[in-house]
Amino acid sequence: MESRFRVLFLIVALAASVSLSGCAATKNLFGFGREEAPPPSAEPPGQVIDPQVERRKIKEPAIDREDFEIGGFVGIMSIEDFGSNISYGLRLAYHITEGFFIEGTVGQSDGGLTSFEVLSGGALLLTDSERTMTYYNLNLGYNILPGEVFLGEGHAYNTSLYLIAGLGSTRFAGDDRFTVNAGVGYRFLLTDAVALHIDFRDHLFDIDLLGEEKTAHNLEGHLGFTVFF
Amino acid sequence: MRTGPGRGYPIYNVVDRGESVDVIKQRTEWYLVRADNGKEGWVERAQMELTLQPDGNAVSFALAGLDDFTNAKWETGLLAGDFGGANIISLYGSYSLNPNVSLEAWGSQILGNFSNGWMASVNVVHEAFPEWRVSPFFTLGAGMIHTSPKSTIIQGEDRTDQIGHVGAGFRVYATRRFLLRAEYKSYVVFTSRDENEEVEEWKVGFAFFF
Repeated sequence: MESRFRVLFLIVALAASVSLSGCAATKNLFGFGREEAPPPSAEPPGQVIDPQVERRKIKEPAIDREDFEIGGFVGIMSIEDFGSNISYGLRLAYHITEGFFIEGTVGQSDGGLTSFEVLSGGALLLTDSERTMTYYNLNLGYNILPGEVFLGEGHAYNTSLYLIAGLGSTRFAGDDRFTVNAGVGYRFLLTDAVALHIDFRDHLFDIDLLGEEKTAHNLEGHLGFTVFF
Repeated sequence: MRTGPGRGYPIYNVVDRGESVDVIKQRTEWYLVRADNGKEGWVERAQMELTLQPDGNAVSFALAGLDDFTNAKWETGLLAGDFGGANIISLYGSYSLNPNVSLEAWGSQILGNFSNGWMASVNVVHEAFPEWRVSPFFTLGAGMIHTSPKSTIIQGEDRTDQIGHVGAGFRVYATRRFLLRAEYKSYVVFTSRDENEEVEEWKVGFAFFF
């Protein structure tokens, strides 16, 4: 019997507390009703101070990527049968890994007179515009020997010896010619973002200008300057 | 911290546990950082992965992987091969509409024994299994071809014709953001003469996605 009363009492008490707490907000809004003490916190009394400071949201800034390298070069190109002349051009490279990079170059040079043209005294094989050689190449390069050089006691510079090979096209003697080129280069980094280059390349293409078709080797050596961005 | 962005460069400074670094820039997989003592050096990605942000969260320095091979939006590459007996050099750019379907634009230079030319085309590529490391694809497209005979050939004149092509090939994931690509395409050249020309093309090359 006692336990039944206890259950009944608990139900009444529960209903009262629910209705009271439900109306509490309205009552206090109109200024009547009794001020109730805040209900005891259900949380364990471990945390005494609840920090009101918002945690700073940190936005990771994008890291400046410097995988591209752009620049120009000036050098000497020896066109087979047509002598050596100044060459110049532009290069753009993208570094894929620390070893591999791809590179595109465009360049221009001029062919001189062949021995035949000089000796014959006036029989010209090509017009002036046909003597201009322009080329583009798309290459894959590999930094085979990265290292450092030391200038005096106080300066160390990063360098890299790389191999390069690729395909392209050369316009010379009135035609576009499929060109394979390969070579070796040396990159000398003045700072982390500025580099000097020394490059030696062989451009190979087939030419049938002098009667029969042959593969011409056109050696080029140039000095370059590039900037990473 | 190393003196240069590569495995071979010597280690000349060490950052202690608990110190912080400022990341200045990134080149390939290497990061140029400045330590508390003011020294700057290059640190590889795997070590940067061990650092924490000021709020205690780990820093993620994402590395491209097979997932990106499947899901990357943009791709560009260089292929070379044989176009009906002539050499061909091609450059392409690709945009993925979804992992299976992508749109491509191609520019090619054709360098033959008797004639030279260029070709521009657009095509749709469908990959049935884009998540495979070796992913086969089919392609369908159209474009223009311009041919001009070599200057040592007396006869012939420049022509510009429309082309249509179908093809198939493979994209093979190599490493990082690199992939290899090999493909075969069969072209129909819609000439102004009575008969259309058919040209077969084989190409291989490499590409990278970003």
